[in-house]
This record gives sequence, structure tokens and C-alpha cells, in this order.
Amino acid sequence: MALYQYLCERKITGVLDLIPAYTSLTIVYDLAAMIKKNPGQSVYAIMESQLQEAARSVEIHTVMVSNKVTIPVCYDLSLAPDLSELAALHQLTIEEVIQLHTSPTYRVYMIGFLPGFAYMGSVAERIRTARKSSPRTKVPAGSVGIAGEQTGIYPLDSPGGWQLIGQTPLPLFDATRTDPCLLQPGDEVKFCSISLTEYHQLKKT
Amino acid sequence: MSIQVIKAGILDTVQDAGRYGYQQLGINPGGVMDRTAMRMANALVGNEAGAPVIEMHFPAAEMLFEETMLVALSGADFSPRINGEEMPVHKPVCVREGAILSFGKQIKGARTYLAVKGGWKADNWLHSYSTHLTVKAGGQAGRALGKTDRLFPQQLQPYGLLNKESIFEALPWQAAVSAFYQERSLRMIQGYEFDTLTPAAKEILFSSSFTISRESNRMGYRLQGPPLLTTQTTELISTAVTRGTLQLLPDGQLIVLMADHQTTGGYPRVGHLISADLASLAQKNAGEPFSVSVVSVQEAENILHRQEMDLQQLQNACNFRLAQYLLGV
Repeated sequence: MALYQYLCERKITGVLDLIPAYTSLTIVYDLAAMIKKNPGQSVYAIMESQLQEAARSVEIHTVMVSNKVTIPVCYDLSLAPDLSELAALHQLTIEEVIQLHTSPTYRVYMIGFLPGFAYMGSVAERIRTARKSSPRTKVPAGSVGIAGEQTGIYPLDSPGGWQLIGQTPLPLFDATRTDPCLLQPGDEVKFCSISLTEYHQLKKT
Repeated sequence: MSIQVIKAGILDTVQDAGRYGYQQLGINPGGVMDRTAMRMANALVGNEAGAPVIEMHFPAAEMLFEETMLVALSGADFSPRINGEEMPVHKPVCVREGAILSFGKQIKGARTYLAVKGGWKADNWLHSYSTHLTVKAGGQAGRALGKTDRLFPQQLQPYGLLNKESIFEALPWQAAVSAFYQERSLRMIQGYEFDTLTPAAKEILFSSSFTISRESNRMGYRLQGPPLLTTQTTELISTAVTRGTLQLLPDGQLIVLMADHQTTGGYPRVGHLISADLASLAQKNAGEPFSVSVVSVQEAENILHRQEMDLQQLQNACNFRLAQYLLGV
């Protein structure tokens, strides 16, 4: 993540995309343009040496910066189709599940699957739950889910197999905004529990 | 003035070279499936290589020219016709106002590209005109073209290319594109999990024929072939994937990721088809077979370099011919 932030600031010529994930950073570069600029040389080797150089500098200098985002979530059963079952499975009350889900500060490790779908971790051990054996054909946008030790929010209506325990009224993705996604890789996220009335009020604004 | 869709096709969208710089947010690049065809169609009408084009699948739309335009089709051959008369592909064609473009049958290829001089006007979302169907942004209101949609060229069309009587006229040169497409064999470099394939599976990968299945679309091509075994038994941690990535599904079959692929994935990456061969794959239809061979990263770069030089030469020649021609009229 530190290397990702370091490379974002430096903008290496020819790099089209930097995609961080849990344990990796993928660089997408414009091969054709780079070949043109470096005739007779291996572009892969050039990239490799630049990245090694960057990795060395990061160890010495970089301090990671991350945005802190609080996301309101309504855990009302009408918006949380899997909450009762998940609580029963772990022999917890619904309040305990909410308490366990809202306590930690999560890190956005990766965004993938859909535009703006943030994979966050780590979920408290007592509420870690495997994906549903058969995915739903439609999960509404804003649904908050758990998959193993990950938690995430569906930014758009989509099929999905995560255990749904609540909904946020905040739009995670909005194509009309200059920054269409609410969350960025590396962000620190905390959930706070809101009532159904607050959910509907926030949803209107 | 514009071109109007009078009958919708199965999936016709405005695309360009794609939307880069946002994959860290899960926003995939999209863009044309066949970049060579986009570049050729654009070069034929004197455009920048990445100007917005209309990508059409078969059956493709029927369109009415509401203005005389200089256009070109490249990529697949769907036997295009203007008012019922055969329209040549890989050639610049001037079409008169009032004429209708339609397509007869799918002769070769899977996607055809219609470029207009100056490029098509379209919605720009995150620095690209490509249609993103999932989030409904970019291109023509973020969706496929429908009946009564109108598309406008970004610039005035050249006048005086048509004789008084003709409905359309092809300019007297053609781009020789066949050398840019591989027929039966595509090349890959090894992926991160290549060595998790069993020795027998590696042998099968390079000696078998794979067929493109019906479940193939702009997101990816599913392949049908003998199942490949892997020693990778634990689930992988998700990482980024890219266009051309060959992923091994749990049932031993392969999938090649294409323009609208998801940005991350967790299946073993057996290999990556080389960039130079992706246009060839984009023009293959369900049921078509091909085989896979492996090259080194350096070879892949060299192949792309040669292809780029050839393409550039052809683009330059097209631009030169058109500039000369327009000066002459």
C-alpha cells in the first residue's frame, strides 16, 4: 500500500494503472508507447528496475497516509436479510453482532468486483461467516455484507453471495461525481449503527 | 446533422481506446474489443487512432444517414450494404444523405467498427468516450444504441466527394489488414500460477485445440477443451487481472478476460495472451477453435513492436492518401 501511494505520487511515464490488492500491486503500462520510447530495450526490464528502485525508496521514506471514513449502517432486520441467521449460527444476539461489526477500524485492502466495491478487513473472529452457498441474483446497492474475514458494501445493484447484515444510506458510487467512489484503497473505515428512521432521513438527502 | 438508428442491433456501443487510471477503484478500462480494427477504421477517415467509433455485433443496427458523411468500416465483415448495394470494408466511403446502411450476413469476424471523419460525438466519463454498461456512463448515455438514437460527427464532413448521381462512393484505396490477424494459433506468456499446472496439463495446454464457448462476451471468452489439472488446491488471495489473462476455473476450463473484465480475480493465472494477439481473439466467434503456444516476455514485446510499426505505417499511408485526395477535390 505504501508502494502504491509512492508510485501514485511519482507518475512513471507509460504507467496506465496501479492496482493494489491484499498482497500485491499490479502495474498496467502502455507497452506499445514504451517500446517506441525505448527502442531495442526490454520494457519489462526497465519497469522492473524502476519498481525495485521505488521499493527501496519506500522503505526509507514513506509514511502512509489514509483517509478516515465513517459509514452509517442501519442493521434493521428489514434491511438485513442474513442478520438473524448469522447471529444464530454464532450463538450471538443481534445486538452483539452489531457491536462486533461496528467496533473495529477496517482497512480498505482492495477495490474490485464492481466499481467502488471495497474489500475491507478484518472482521472480528466471532462473526466471520462463509459466503452463501448459492448467491442472490440481486443484492440492492448499499447492502453491507460479510464474507469470511472480509466486510464490504455493494455499490450497485448486483448479484452477490455475501452475508447481508445491514444497509448504508450513503451512495458508495455515483458516476456523476468527479470522484465517483466514496472509498479509496488504503482508507480506514468505521461503521456506526443508525435507526431505520435515520436511514430513511439520510437516504433522502 | 447525424446518423440515425432505424433498427437496433444486438449490441452496438460507442467505444474508444478505453478508460485507464481508475482500475484501483474497480472501474474497468472497457473500450473496443479489437483495437487494430478501431485504429484502421479511424485511419481510413483521417482520425486520431483512438477517436470514438461504433462497435457493432451481429445482427448489427440499420442506420440512416441524415447528412453526407465520410465513413469507414473495419474489423468483421458483416456484408454491409448501402441501399442494398454492397459497401466495401477497410475502405473510406463517402455516403450520401438519405442513404441507409444495413448488414446482410456474418461473413467473417465478430465485431465491426464504424468510424466517421472527426469521430462520433459521445458522453465523456472519466476521460473516455467508452460506454460503461454497468454504471451506465460514457458513450451514448451509457447504454447500447437503440432505435431512433442519433449520433453526430464531431466535425463538419468534407463536401464534394460524390458524383451527382452516386448514393455512395468508395475512395480508391484499401487497408490490407489480414496480416494483423492470427487465424488458428494465439500466443501467451506464462502467468504467475503457470507452474501450478501439472506436467500433463502443460502438455495438454500447448497441444490441444480450444473452442470458444457460447458463454463468451465483452467480459471474457470461456474456452472449451480438455480439462487442465492444477496443484493449486488452496484458494488464492485476489489480485488484479488484465485483458488477455487466462484464468483456470475450478472445473479445469479456461477463461480469457476481455475488455469489460473485472479488475480483480482469484483464479489461477495460467498465462496472459500477448497484446499483439488480442485483436485476433476479439474477432473469433463462438465455436471457432484455436491453439495456444508460449513465448517469452521479450518475444512478446518484439512481436508487438513489429506489429506497431506495421500498423503505424499503414495508418500513415491511409492518412497521406486521404489528405492528398481531399486536396484534389
